[in-house]
Amino acid sequence: MSATLEKGVRVIKEVIDAPIASYFNSCVHCGLCAEACLFYTETGDPKYTPIHKLEPMRRIYEQEYTLLGRLKKMAGLSKPVTDAELKEWQELVYNSCTLCGRCSVVCPVGNDIVYMVRKFREGMSASGNAPDGIKGAAHRTVTIGSPMGVKLPAVKAQMKHVETDYGIPIPLDAEGAEYMVMLSSMEIINFPEYLGAIAKIMQQAGKSWTLCSTAFEATNAGMQIGNSDIARVIVSRIVDGAERLKVKTVISPECGHAYTALRWEGANLIGRPFTFEVKHIIEVLGEFQEQGLLKTDGKETDRLTFHDPCQLARRGGVIKQPRNLMNQVAANFVEMPDAGFMNWCCGGGGGASAIEEGEELRLEAFKKKKSQLEAVKPDRLVTACANCRIVLEEGLEHYQMDIPVVGLTEMIAEHIPEMEAKP
Amino acid sequence: MNELQFLTWVRGTGLNIAVGLFLLGVLWRLIEIYSLGRKKDLSAPRHVAGASGWNTVFRRSIPPEGMVKRSPVSYLGGYAFHIGLAIVVFLFAPHIKLIQSLTGLSWPALPSQFIDLVAVVTLAAMVVVLADRINKPVKRFLSTFEDWFTWTVTFLPVLTGWLAVRHLLFPYTTMLALHILSVEILLVVLPFTKLFHAFTVFGSRWFNGAVNGHKGVAV
Amino acid sequence: MQGPLIDTLALHGVSRRTFLKYCSTLASLMALPPAAGVAMAEAMAAAPAAAKRPSVIWLPFQECTGCTESITRSHSPSIEGMIFDMVSLDYQETLMAAAGHQAEEVLRKTVEANKGQFLLIIDGSVATGLDGAYSCIAGRSNLALLKEIAPHAAAIVAMGSCAAYGGLPKAKPNPTGAVSVSDIVKDKPIVNIPGCPPIPVVMTGVLAHFLTFGSLPDLDKLGRPKAFYGETIHDRCYRRPFYDQGKFAKTFDDEGARNGWCLFELGCKGPVTYNACATVKWNGGTSWPVESGHGCLGCSEPNFWDAGGFYKALSMPANPLRMAAGAAVAGAAAGVAVSFANRAKKKDAKAAHETTTLADLEKSEER
Repeated sequence: MSATLEKGVRVIKEVIDAPIASYFNSCVHCGLCAEACLFYTETGDPKYTPIHKLEPMRRIYEQEYTLLGRLKKMAGLSKPVTDAELKEWQELVYNSCTLCGRCSVVCPVGNDIVYMVRKFREGMSASGNAPDGIKGAAHRTVTIGSPMGVKLPAVKAQMKHVETDYGIPIPLDAEGAEYMVMLSSMEIINFPEYLGAIAKIMQQAGKSWTLCSTAFEATNAGMQIGNSDIARVIVSRIVDGAERLKVKTVISPECGHAYTALRWEGANLIGRPFTFEVKHIIEVLGEFQEQGLLKTDGKETDRLTFHDPCQLARRGGVIKQPRNLMNQVAANFVEMPDAGFMNWCCGGGGGASAIEEGEELRLEAFKKKKSQLEAVKPDRLVTACANCRIVLEEGLEHYQMDIPVVGLTEMIAEHIPEMEAKP
Repeated sequence: MNELQFLTWVRGTGLNIAVGLFLLGVLWRLIEIYSLGRKKDLSAPRHVAGASGWNTVFRRSIPPEGMVKRSPVSYLGGYAFHIGLAIVVFLFAPHIKLIQSLTGLSWPALPSQFIDLVAVVTLAAMVVVLADRINKPVKRFLSTFEDWFTWTVTFLPVLTGWLAVRHLLFPYTTMLALHILSVEILLVVLPFTKLFHAFTVFGSRWFNGAVNGHKGVAV
Repeated sequence: MQGPLIDTLALHGVSRRTFLKYCSTLASLMALPPAAGVAMAEAMAAAPAAAKRPSVIWLPFQECTGCTESITRSHSPSIEGMIFDMVSLDYQETLMAAAGHQAEEVLRKTVEANKGQFLLIIDGSVATGLDGAYSCIAGRSNLALLKEIAPHAAAIVAMGSCAAYGGLPKAKPNPTGAVSVSDIVKDKPIVNIPGCPPIPVVMTGVLAHFLTFGSLPDLDKLGRPKAFYGETIHDRCYRRPFYDQGKFAKTFDDEGARNGWCLFELGCKGPVTYNACATVKWNGGTSWPVESGHGCLGCSEPNFWDAGGFYKALSMPANPLRMAAGAAVAGAAAGVAVSFANRAKKKDAKAAHETTTLADLEKSEER
């Protein structure tokens, strides 16, 4: 078996549904989606207009699911979609789309464009037209266990480090724990403080929690590549782990698309509702804050701003919580223009950051973030997504902007007073 | 065929055919589109006030923050011509009389001088929107024959209607007949072009609102 | 200005001054320069004194005599009627004393004596079915009579909507094969004076023009004198302001009707009817249909009898939309058929789904 155009088209036929049909029929070519897309606003190239990124899928819809389209196809009046065309579209569907969903919230006729791009990626991947970068990540996640090639021993080593540094035990495979904490390999390798932060926060809140030896990696390259079969393999590990340990809630790490994959796509991928809840760590922190379980000392005094990860805010509905948390620990918190629901993407979401050949475009698109930052001139930038964090750091470095990026969870944890002396 | 016969034809046979094709097209297309169905979302919903399909159907009529500034012509022109069209189509006395004769429903009309003014504004807005489509790289890039064609068939009924009322170009009888004919062309074309958004816009907004509302996001 | 006409007018109590005023009004109605009024008065006053008054033949075809009624009765003893004193109306079945063979003899002699000079007035449409057998005079069809006499006329006046456009006899299903005069006669100047019946002053205006200038007035493309048929009833209607304000009578006895509001919704065809009723009025300027509370029927327009009903507003469908229900059912059926085909196609695609593995993400030729 291998990827073929025929397979790709068949998969697209599978995923086309009433919303997509309605969306394609509603489009009036007003071009407003382009104004919402940072790849267009920063390059001025009309080919990055979001709805245009779906043109091959639109034709397949018309040719397969409308009577007039079928007749046109039979009469040879419509151009069939070719493999070369899909290959050409790779740049539009992956490199220049981070699934940020800004287009979907501005479209005046109400088209959920990002919903369509996500579905189109099913066909793109099945036809072998997904970018190598994400394919590689998917490969590593399925075969090794994480997109960055991190295996359990590496996690265990980190656990040991944290236990030593913080003096708090890190539970592994603790059955019946309330929370099962997921990580992203980015956090395991680049931001180990995250695990320590969780340990401190859980300890203060007095909640039982655990890591899972068979499911520690939350990211899902299968979803980014847009392939449900592969995304299902990855998400099933987490479901199995959570059900094996009988946890009440699985906590998605500071990673936007991991949250989307688990919280919103997971149940649909495995075909049944979850027996546990899924929450983003920021949601959990928000709950702790409301319940008075999150007590902090002192405040950051430098000028801070918060970058909303798209999947958490616009695509996930967690907008108020990070602000409440920021205000608890920051004395000088300022908002960037368009912050919150309409925040601009870092430019590397939806798998885009894994595409090597897309780097130049990514950096071009980063000008949007640059201008947002220049408007408020923060000393540091806080966010809640490890991928955003990496992309932001790259962009800031490229444009020689000296703004450190920090994770919100870690920042909160730094203000949690030591509970007791080390044992 | 003289002018009055032409007028009588468009009021009679022509209208009969046009309304027939319109109804046929609308029902066919609506069923064709919405019968495709969609999968039930199995993820646990998050309930937030204001996040639902119906909310989005209405909310999406208001531009999101910052967007008017980014594309003023699209919004102002779009509002002007859509609202203008609605006023001219639904609040001009002869039109109400037509709707009443077809459906039995009627409501008060606006003075014809006001309708005249609105028609001029609508025409101007449509010309501006067309100029924008020609000038703006994105719009020009997206435009196909259908875009120019649908603009024309939408513009003509307003133009011919206004010319008829103003007694310009052709004798009133001819102009009125041309006006009705242009509306009939519009009716026939509507279900099979992007003009069908007049119907699907509600479905699209609802789906978008419902899909995102499921996540507790009010879009 | 003297002459027998002036004497006759004086006899009927019409002063010379009034006559002059009438002529200048007529001239202005016809959009002629003021001097034309004087010329008209002089020509008409002098006409009866001339060696021979212009001969006029009035042939009645498929008609109801309403046109004759309109002209003869409504204005007696007004000036319009007097105009006929200036011509020699040699043949007019309704008005002439002669009958039967005598009358037909007059016709034959008049044509003979005035070849190429007489004015031929026709009211009524021309029946063409069964070789014109539907309407005959003295055993000869109107069609044959027209074909025989028309070539000898100087000009033809098609009086009333029937002669001008076919009129009521031509209404669907037109059993007699009625046509207009201009459908038969192609090589003579024809002036159409439509109306059911036409306005008398229009008729006299055309006659006066013919007498004064020896030619027909300016005509529009439907053969009507532009002077009288240049504007619609609606544009000149005294109720027009109500239309513009959106004030309409909904029934013939409601508040709006009593207030004299616009009759558009009651089916008034004023907007598409070109005639002078609203300015000239009827019965010596007494009133006209809209003033007496009824919408315009559009009687001076071609095919007005088949224009979708007198009491249907112009913006209403002329006929019931019979296709609507059937089309809706057909559309729904088409939609359901497509939806079944779509569902089958989608099901097939799903059934043929091969679970993608990592290897399946690559195209074969690239491996």
